[in-house]
Amino acid sequence: MTSLILSTATRFLLPLFLLFSIFILFRGHNQPGGGFVGGLIAAAAFALHAIAYDVKRTRRLLGIDPRNLSALGLLVAMGSGMISLFLGEPFMTGQWLTLSFWPVGQLEIGTPLFFDVGVYLVVIGITLTIILSLAEE
Amino acid sequence: MMFSTFESLAGGIALALLSSALFVAFFRLARGPSLPDRVVALDLISTISVAIIAVYTIITDTPVLLDVAIVLALIAFLGTVAFARYLEKGVS
Repeated sequence: MTSLILSTATRFLLPLFLLFSIFILFRGHNQPGGGFVGGLIAAAAFALHAIAYDVKRTRRLLGIDPRNLSALGLLVAMGSGMISLFLGEPFMTGQWLTLSFWPVGQLEIGTPLFFDVGVYLVVIGITLTIILSLAEE
Repeated sequence: MMFSTFESLAGGIALALLSSALFVAFFRLARGPSLPDRVVALDLISTISVAIIAVYTIITDTPVLLDVAIVLALIAFLGTVAFARYLEKGVS
């Protein structure tokens, strides 16, 4: 059932998919992209692994139950909204922190980024829950 | 505006050719006597779509669209692999 060509190609394609999904995730706030699309691409990477090898090996590669992953993502997304509550502003108001590294430029870190990371984890978790349990049939 | 430069003229010709290729591939998808024919036609359609997006990126000069082409190429590969796997399993 498992093809040598596909499994070798998957070994090279999986890091490429994951790198591209993280690239899409981090670019999301300013340009097209974001947590949802990035999560779908990462889930496609693991689906490819499940097709090329085995569902059991994919679960071992993940190391964490996809359902727990989506719960973790919800926690991160909610936590990013809670930060502004402690500063006395309405829930989910964007808070930005600008760090400057003098020769390189400056880095803006904000709560929308963490919200996007949460969405990313939720999308990976739910999509993989569906795909892996369908593939196990 | 249209066909003013060499780039847009070449892009227009390429788009016309790709559209006709898409039409022919769609004919094979609709007609295809067997299931593998249809799978190959679907793969060809997705590859032509990647080419159309690339040409459109050049014509309109919006490099952001190239990412769509990358994602489509990666996902189309996954789709073809999944189709091939289910064909091998014998769902015909």
